[in-house]
Amino acid sequence: MDILVCVKRVPDTSENEIELNRAGNDIERDDLVYSVNEWDNYAVEEALQLADKTGGNVTVVTVGDEEDEEVLRREMAMGAKNSALISDEAFAGSDSAGIATLLKAYVQTHPQDLILTGVQAEDGAAQVGGMLAAMLDYPFASLVNAIEVMDGGKLKVSREIEGGNKEMNEMDLPCVLSIQTGINEPRYVGMRGIRQVASVEIPTFGAAELGVDKASVGKPAAKVERTDYFVPALGKGAEILGGSREEVIAKLIDLVKAKGGLK
Amino acid sequence: MTARIFAYIVHKDGVADDTATEMLTAAKMIDASAQPTAIVTCSGPELDTVCESLRNSYGEIWKVSNAALAYPNAELVRKALIAILPPACIVLLPHSHFGIDLGPGLSVKMKSASVSDVVGIQGVVGNCLKVVRQEFGGQVSSHVRCDISSGAVINLRPGAFKAVDGASAQGTIVDKSGEVGALSAGRRYIGTTVAEAGDVDISKEAVLVSIGRGIQESENVAIAQELADAMGASLSCSRPVVDAKWLPKSRQVGSSGQTVKPKVYIACGISGSFQHLAGIKGSPFMVAINKNVKAPIFQVADVGIVDDVLEFLPELTTKIRETGK
Repeated sequence: MDILVCVKRVPDTSENEIELNRAGNDIERDDLVYSVNEWDNYAVEEALQLADKTGGNVTVVTVGDEEDEEVLRREMAMGAKNSALISDEAFAGSDSAGIATLLKAYVQTHPQDLILTGVQAEDGAAQVGGMLAAMLDYPFASLVNAIEVMDGGKLKVSREIEGGNKEMNEMDLPCVLSIQTGINEPRYVGMRGIRQVASVEIPTFGAAELGVDKASVGKPAAKVERTDYFVPALGKGAEILGGSREEVIAKLIDLVKAKGGLK
Repeated sequence: MTARIFAYIVHKDGVADDTATEMLTAAKMIDASAQPTAIVTCSGPELDTVCESLRNSYGEIWKVSNAALAYPNAELVRKALIAILPPACIVLLPHSHFGIDLGPGLSVKMKSASVSDVVGIQGVVGNCLKVVRQEFGGQVSSHVRCDISSGAVINLRPGAFKAVDGASAQGTIVDKSGEVGALSAGRRYIGTTVAEAGDVDISKEAVLVSIGRGIQESENVAIAQELADAMGASLSCSRPVVDAKWLPKSRQVGSSGQTVKPKVYIACGISGSFQHLAGIKGSPFMVAINKNVKAPIFQVADVGIVDDVLEFLPELTTKIRETGK
């Protein structure tokens, strides 16, 4: 199977505290550590495992600019054969539908058997995969936590639903799946792997290469726009226990005891 | 006048989900004069039970009976909705595993805007609906503007909007089944695999020591287990701990894991995503220990301790053992 995985470069929340900038219109982006969106990394691992079993190539694609090449290289270091950077000034300010429109154009010029996305991005909305599928008229399933290849060009796909239960589906190919964390254990990428792909040329696709009408994407076409970030006024919030660690522990034990939390 | 508003009702075993009345609240926040219409799809007697139960809260209920909709496969529901919805309407959905499945594709087919995981609604100005979302696991919020001139699909976070009590709307049930033809899709529901029971049933435990990403490594799970043992509590966790396979799925608290109702809940290195908090019911006494003072868990906990769990927990355990003697 030829598999396309759509990935995104996002601020890494395990490395950063996300705060507002001084103007209050964006998050503070100086000194932010970026990485590949966590869900997308699981999607790439899943694609690599499926391609190992069935043959075929894995391609990683992102919409962005040169800065976003680093996540494509990282996923290539994991084992993705090909990569594509969808980039054009006209694409800036695209909403989820705009991003899906661009990915659709890429898929139409580079046919795939299977398309994977992460369930959502840290700064995203869990929309692009479902939109892309509808635009292509491919079947879609979200929150996928297991994939089994069946005979006859079909997949058996498990979705994570409430209470730890799993919803089992049979799906025709080609289809689009959004991948949930925990579906696999993404392989480790060492510095050596990164170095090996450091100078690989990453093909770039603009509006002309994709045959996309510039008016259908970017800020002018966006129906949805984030106007600013803010930190909501806190409610009561927790009572923060102060003092030395020893004092804090003593207070905590008293409180927990009073609430019946110590037998 | 704003566009007509519809609410898709998620239901199970003949009972409408809590989000049914939450969506009513959201509809009124979009347009105070809105008379939202509920849409219920299914087949068999439970469909009628659900429709009947909504007559108190909704003025109009559209019922779609179709054998293919006995299980809510989002791909089929989408086709049914496209067959009956008027142009440029607003559709409300819960941002659940079903709404995440349905919303984005539905908006494409409706040629409408789509906003997901909405936690607040500020109202409509001209063609723009202004809503509030959260990003980065709830660390920051954002204002989002959505052009609703060609309609919109709005996924609402379950629990974010207060349910309104039955207003005795005496709603009429309208049978729309005839407008929906035969349904088929490239995705077919096979069945539901029920989660295996774990060694400990955390849903019945009175005291839980719960660990999250802050525990950092598999080896450190023992630190929390020792505290749980000293307290006579059980060990539970948030999603990243299960993803990393440090604890089994049966120990996970959250919307995709277990719902717990303890008296005391000690959240150790848990940031407090809404999916996690959705699994904690019954307003327990909640203690949060996290080294990130901005972690959303501190907004909901009763008591907070800003410290590294890996250093704090062993000392706490030692002290509890001493006092116990």
